[in-house]
Amino acid sequence: MKILRITVLPLSLLFLLAACEQGADSDGAAPWSSRYTPLPSVATILQGATVLTGTGERIDNADVVMDGGKIIAVGPGLDAGSMTVVDAGGMWITPGVIDVHSHLGVYPSPQVNAHSDGNEATAPNTAEVWAEHSVWPQDPGFVAALAGGVTSMQILPGSANLFGGRGVTLKNVPGQSVQEMMFPGAPHGLKMACGENPKRVYGSRGTSPSTRMGNVAGYRSAWIAADDYRKKLAAAEKGRGEAPLRDLQLETLAGVLDGEILVHNHCYRADEMAVMIDIAKEFDYKISAFHHAVEAYKVADMLRENDICAAIWADWYGFKMEAFDGIRENAAILDRAGTCTVMHSDSAIGIQRLNQESAKVIGAAAKVGIDIAPERAVRWFTSNAAKALGIDGVTGSLEPGKMADVTVWSGNPFSVYTKAERVYIDGALVYDRQNPDVNPVTDFSLGTSALHGGAQ
Amino acid sequence: MRTTIRMTATVLAFAASVASAQTTAITGATVHTVGPEGTLENATIVIENGRIAEVGTGIQVPVGAEVIDASGKIITPGLFSAMGQIGLSEVGAVTGTNDAVQRGDDFSAGFDVADAYNRRSVVIPISRIDGITRALIAPRAGRPDEQGNSSRVLSGLASVVQLGDSGDYLTRHGVAVVANLGEAGSAVAAGSRAAAIQELRAALADALDYRRNKAAYERGDWREYSVSTADLEALISVVEGDRSMIFAANRASDIEIVIKLASEFGLSAIIIGGAEAWMLAHELAAANVSVIIDGTANLPGNFDRINARLETGGILAAAGVRVAFGAGAQTHQARNITQSAGNAVANGMDWDAALEAITLAPAEMYGVDGEVGSIEPGKSADLIIWGADPLELTSYPEQVFIQGESIPLESRQTLLRDRYLQTDTVQPPAFRH
Repeated sequence: MKILRITVLPLSLLFLLAACEQGADSDGAAPWSSRYTPLPSVATILQGATVLTGTGERIDNADVVMDGGKIIAVGPGLDAGSMTVVDAGGMWITPGVIDVHSHLGVYPSPQVNAHSDGNEATAPNTAEVWAEHSVWPQDPGFVAALAGGVTSMQILPGSANLFGGRGVTLKNVPGQSVQEMMFPGAPHGLKMACGENPKRVYGSRGTSPSTRMGNVAGYRSAWIAADDYRKKLAAAEKGRGEAPLRDLQLETLAGVLDGEILVHNHCYRADEMAVMIDIAKEFDYKISAFHHAVEAYKVADMLRENDICAAIWADWYGFKMEAFDGIRENAAILDRAGTCTVMHSDSAIGIQRLNQESAKVIGAAAKVGIDIAPERAVRWFTSNAAKALGIDGVTGSLEPGKMADVTVWSGNPFSVYTKAERVYIDGALVYDRQNPDVNPVTDFSLGTSALHGGAQ
Repeated sequence: MRTTIRMTATVLAFAASVASAQTTAITGATVHTVGPEGTLENATIVIENGRIAEVGTGIQVPVGAEVIDASGKIITPGLFSAMGQIGLSEVGAVTGTNDAVQRGDDFSAGFDVADAYNRRSVVIPISRIDGITRALIAPRAGRPDEQGNSSRVLSGLASVVQLGDSGDYLTRHGVAVVANLGEAGSAVAAGSRAAAIQELRAALADALDYRRNKAAYERGDWREYSVSTADLEALISVVEGDRSMIFAANRASDIEIVIKLASEFGLSAIIIGGAEAWMLAHELAAANVSVIIDGTANLPGNFDRINARLETGGILAAAGVRVAFGAGAQTHQARNITQSAGNAVANGMDWDAALEAITLAPAEMYGVDGEVGSIEPGKSADLIIWGADPLELTSYPEQVFIQGESIPLESRQTLLRDRYLQTDTVQPPAFRH
């Protein structure tokens, strides 16, 4: 099975690739490709901080050097040369926070009906829709998330449908259009949903699916059609038969079968995850992550063996039947089993403090004698999140050559009193708590106290 | 924690109430009394018959007392969930387990959710092992049902409950009537927030009139009222100031109306939501209006909350407004009021004020501060022993006392946890219990 993973490449080669991708049209970008350009940056050394690299390592009293938008070096006593020096004594530095499950822009603030663009709840299979075509870049939630240290996030369609559509990964930079925010080279996601939501939405209309078995029949039928579409395309390419009419829905599903689009599967219950894994086996595709995996702790080994990340909340439970068994130790049990554990938000408020959500797990784990060090927990919202999104080759950890997506915290990020002080995206200082006048403000927020993500 | 038990027969002489009949002394901790004594280092708390008998430094441990050595620990009063539906909502989306919302014209201010309270709810152990010992249980407005029946401007009566296993679960019945203003009020009135306020004003005026002319009304010699007799009865205590009125309001203009109504009718007013309350901090303080906020809500979720910000708690408390947390963390997540309080501290609120906001402040709002809210002699022994700063999310209670009883630190969630922490069995999980 082919899965696209971006790997670390020499800078020169990366630029070359970018140039190739951009194609030949007048503004230098192919339709639907990223028009993101990093904000201006200067060579910077962050000095004397406690650094959590995102690779599981903690380095005390260390420096981080960024230049040309990349991490150049991490370690103690690095040469400052002629770089801009930032005294980060007493502060902690982590990779920028990555949220794999956000609806910013598609369910923006204010949450008025006119803005409700996250669920194309008109048919159980809407694999043809793309979340990026709903994103409102002026959502004040983006800036609030930035103040919470978030540098990248995947914007997903909602969970009303079996196949909700494509998700898009964004850099958390202000853009006039979504294209200016799109993470260059990040694969699309496909949002799928198990369980209560699809069967409730369509069952209440007297249409299929109205049961979990109806859900499963829906997924399988769709993959059969996608496989057929793909075979016809392949045959036509070899001159055997006519190419089928381009079909956006099947194109997305075929993209999954080709390993180019990553499956992000909303799935609460352990038994349903097992069912979804069998569907993936039947049609030979890979599930990148189960989202809202409230019961993942019951099948931690199964998820690890199938190389599937569990993207979860710290402690949401009880709001629906399939969330009845949620426990705070979910992440602790998964992490202990060696399963790729990801802390996600699904919330414009929660995305601002994925560090605090992780702190709850650290506390709950300590209660039962499981010690989770900060350098381990930080992976849940940095490198593991990057892995689930297929961008771990270029971001998610503080390693030389990776994008300089960096958050500087006022202290230990797992303290409730700690705040993101400085946020760098591709080496550019995009947020500075001590200098609010230079921080971004969305058009919508002008003249309100939400000016700086409500943190003025 | 090391526990030393020394008992003598003299203890039996004090046996009386449903709560612990013996004397317990907790020694050596840093005690945040949230009372006039402030924070005490290396203090002793003596509990007798479920109540705090003494708290202070240099206190003699009574002979025969059970002694709990809490050296190096932190003790706070039990936490108070200022708003929510604990025991009224088991599973949010499972209709039959939800009893906080009523629709249609039959019930309004007098709708009494205390009768629906389930003290065996799984949410109760989950909440109390994280420190919640008392909670307001309140009715609330909901979306119209399939027949188009709507909730009302007045949702009904709220009560305060204790989350322990013994004794009467009601700490105080009918402490407040809940009213819906702003967008929520508009949705349940005639499509305008003005209609909600008019309806509310009519009901309060009717209650005043009914109070003066009850006899004539009962004889049938008086005019009709806009609400039922049960509702009028519920509102009499409100206009007399003995029962609070909780107003769901976020927009500054709606909060200004609350201040006006409070003065007009002599109400003891509490605002729930209060996203823009910081803009009226001094006015709220002057009018003695309390505010229940969410310490993490900083986005304009709707046009009532355009100026929401994280500094609200700090600004209100500094101006002298009584503040509680609970507009966000409620019911299943009532335990997260510590997160709300911690974030308020991170954004300018005084730490002691934040602790007060999750203990004494709600007790005062609901008139139960004679019973709970601080560690003072005579009050019920609701106490939490913490290993570290209670507002830190990595902290957790090591022992929880409700009315002097040490409750088991077990919940449905700890049972699930313990089952799935085991990995060394060949049997399926169903055999681990």
